[in-house]
Amino acid sequence: MPETASNLPLRGLRVLDFAQFLAGPVAALRLSDLGAEVIKIERPQGGDLCRSMVVNDQRLEGDSLVFHTFNRGKKSVAADLKQPADLEKIRALVATADVMIHNFRPGVMERIGLGYDTVRDLNPRIVYGAVSGYGTTGPWRDKPGQDLLVQSLSGIAWLSGNANDGPVPTGFAMLDVATAGNLVQGILACLVRRGISGKGGLVEVDLLSSAIDVTFEQFTCFLNDNEQQPRRHETGNANPYQPAPYGLYQASDGWFAFAMTPLAKVAELLGSAEIGAFPQAQAFSHLNEIKRIVAAICATKPVQHWLDILEPAGIWCAPVLDWPGFVKTDGFAALDPVQTIRTPSGAAARTTRCPIRLDGQALHNSAPAPLLGADTAAVFDSLQTARA
Amino acid sequence: MFWPLEGILVVDFSQFLAGPYAALRLQDMGARVIKVENPDGGDLCRHHYLSQTRIGTDSTLFHAINRGKQSVTLDLKSAAGLAAARKLVAKADVVIQNFRPSVIDRLGLGYDAVRAINPDVIYGSISGYGTQGDWADTPGQDLLAQARSGVMWLSGNHGAGPVPIGLPLADISTGANLATGILGALLRHARSGQGAHVETSLLESLTDMQFELLTTYLNNGHCLPQRLEQGSAHRYLGAPYGVFDTKEGQLALAMSRLDLLGQALELPEIAAYADAPDASFSARDKIHALIAQRLQKQTAAALETALGRAGLWCAKVLSWDDMLAHGSFQALDMLRTIETQIATAPQPVQFVRAPFRIDGARPQIDSAGPALNADGAEILAEFDAD
Repeated sequence: MPETASNLPLRGLRVLDFAQFLAGPVAALRLSDLGAEVIKIERPQGGDLCRSMVVNDQRLEGDSLVFHTFNRGKKSVAADLKQPADLEKIRALVATADVMIHNFRPGVMERIGLGYDTVRDLNPRIVYGAVSGYGTTGPWRDKPGQDLLVQSLSGIAWLSGNANDGPVPTGFAMLDVATAGNLVQGILACLVRRGISGKGGLVEVDLLSSAIDVTFEQFTCFLNDNEQQPRRHETGNANPYQPAPYGLYQASDGWFAFAMTPLAKVAELLGSAEIGAFPQAQAFSHLNEIKRIVAAICATKPVQHWLDILEPAGIWCAPVLDWPGFVKTDGFAALDPVQTIRTPSGAAARTTRCPIRLDGQALHNSAPAPLLGADTAAVFDSLQTARA
Repeated sequence: MFWPLEGILVVDFSQFLAGPYAALRLQDMGARVIKVENPDGGDLCRHHYLSQTRIGTDSTLFHAINRGKQSVTLDLKSAAGLAAARKLVAKADVVIQNFRPSVIDRLGLGYDAVRAINPDVIYGSISGYGTQGDWADTPGQDLLAQARSGVMWLSGNHGAGPVPIGLPLADISTGANLATGILGALLRHARSGQGAHVETSLLESLTDMQFELLTTYLNNGHCLPQRLEQGSAHRYLGAPYGVFDTKEGQLALAMSRLDLLGQALELPEIAAYADAPDASFSARDKIHALIAQRLQKQTAAALETALGRAGLWCAKVLSWDDMLAHGSFQALDMLRTIETQIATAPQPVQFVRAPFRIDGARPQIDSAGPALNADGAEILAEFDAD
C-alpha cells in the first residue's frame, strides 16, 4: 500500500489482475496507486510472461526490471485456472473482489468459466475490465494485440518522421499505456455508478480504439477533409496538420522546437524579409518552402542564441533534450517524478510514480512487485477465515 | 443505459486540448459539461485550424474536442462575470482549469477560493510543468513538452535527429490522467463526501508515458542505448522489433522467436542467432539488416499472410484510408456522422467516438460542439446568475 494510503480514493477496494504484459497490468497499477489492493493471479509455471522478459539485461530479485515497473505494489497468487480445485478457489476470491481485469484474447475467459456473465452471477457488484487488441468482433479479433502492430495498422506510423521517410513508429508502447488509461477511466466511472445503483458493470477497451482516440484530433480533420492522407513536412515534422513554422530546427550545436507562431512575428524576430513576404494564409499551403528558409537561418547559430531572441518575445519554443539532459533539469526535479522501490532483501530500483497529484500530494508507493505466488497462502487463508 | 456520470455537473474553464479532452471523457460517461469561454472569441481552439477544414466558422478540431458540451461566455475580469462564474462553481461537482499557475488565483477562482463557496468540490488543474521549478511559467504546449522530456530521441533510426511524435501525445495523456484523478476523487466523494484538488501536467504525463524505458535507464547508470540502423521501433527490445520496407509496402515485425523467424523466411543465418545467448539484443543491427534484405523480395501483404500463418507477430503498415476500408475498423463502430446546423446550411461532419464500451455500449454522439455562448442565457437563468 502506498505511504499516503490512509485517505486514498480506492482504499479498501480489491482488484484481481489476471492480465499479463502491459496494458492490463498498468491499469491495475494505476488503481493500486489510487489505493486499491491489487492481487495478480498468475500461472504457477513462470507466472506473468513479463517476469522473464528481461530487456537490457536488467533484473531485480530474479524478475525482469520491466515486471517490477508494471507490477510494483501488488500481491501475487499462483493458480492454474485449468485445474478445477484452483478454479474453485479463484471463484471464491472473485466473489470478494470489487474489480477484475484480464487481457486474454476474446473467448478465452468464457472457456475457462470466468466470462463476464458467469462472474456477474457470482458477484453482481463486480466491475469487469477486459482489454483486447481489436475488439471482440471483426476479422482482426484473433490477431496478436501488440503495440507496434496496432501502431502499424492504425496509420499512426505515418504521422511521425519526415515526408521522404518510410513509416516511423513511436519508439515505445504508447498504445498500451493509452489503453490502460482508458480502462482505468471506465472502471472508476463504473465504481462511481455502483455507489448509486449497487450494480457492477463491464468495461471493454482495445488497442485499436485507443490508437484512434490518441489521434482523434487529426483523424477528425482527415475524416472531414475528403479522407486525404495528411502529408508530413519535408523537414522537422512534428504534426502533419500544423502550419509553418511548427516543428524542429537544427541549430549549430543542437536542436530546438518551434511551436505555432504567426509568420510576421517569425520574420521580424529572425530578421528575414523573405519570410515576411509570405502572407499568413500561406503558412499551411507553403509550409515546406517557409520551413526551409527558417531552417537555413537557424543553422547558423547555437540553440541558446535563438532561445534568447524568441523566449523574451513570448514565442513558444524549447530546446530538444535527451534523457541525460532532461533528468538534470530543474524542471524535472521540481516534479519529483521518480521514486525508489525496495525488495525485502534490500535490492532497490528507481522508477517513476503515478502522474497524478491529489490534494497537493504526489502518489508514492515504494513497494516492489511480488515474487510469483508470494501471497497465495495468505490470500486463500483469509477467504477461509472470512467464511468460517 | 444508465451512464455512470449522469447527474454530475462539470464546469470547465480550460481551453485547447488537454483540459477539454478530460471534460470530453467525463461527458462521454454521462456528465453535463458547461464550457465557460471568454466573450472575445471563446476557446482559442475555435480558430486554430489544422489543414483547411472547418465547420461553420469554427475549426473542425474544436468540434472534435468539445462535442456535446454547453457554452456560456463570461468575462472573468469583470465583477459581473466573476460573480456569475462563482454561481456556477458553487453548484459544480467538478471544476477544470488549465490557466498557468497563479493566473487562476489572481482571477479569484483558484482552488481555495472555489472551496470556500463549494467545500466538497473536485477541482482539476492542468499545467505544463507543475507549479514549481524554472519551467512553471513557460508555455505548456505539446511539442515543447515533448522537446523537454527526452521523448524525441526514442523514435526514428540511428543517425536521424530528434523525431517528435506526430500527434499531441502530451495533451491526450495529460487529459486522460486528469480524468482518472477526477474519477478517483468522485468515487472517494461518494464514499466520504470529501472534495479534492487533482493536479497533473504535460511533463508528468510524458514521464509516465515513457515509464517502461525510463525505469530501465534510471537503473542502468543512465546509459542511453542507440537507436538501430534500420527498422528501429523500441530502444531496449531485442530483434526482431521494427518496421521494414518490402517489395511493396512496409511490414511491422514484433518480438518473435528467431528460430521460427529464420525458418519462415528461409534464412538459416537468422535461425543461427537463436542459440547464442542474448544475440537478439547484442546482434540487433545485424539481424535487422538480414531481415531488411530478405523482406525486399516479397510484398508486405504476402509476408503478412505467410509469417502470420507461422504464428509470427507481424502487420502490414496501413494508411488511414487502408484502415477505414478494413472490416475490423468498421466492426469497432467508432465513427458517427452528425448533421450540424452551425453552418448556414446543414453540414454532415464525422466524429470519433469514445475509446471504451461500458456494458457493451459505446457512448453515443448527439451533437457537435456548441456555438459560442449557445447556452449562455439559459444557463445564467438556471444558476440564478443573470
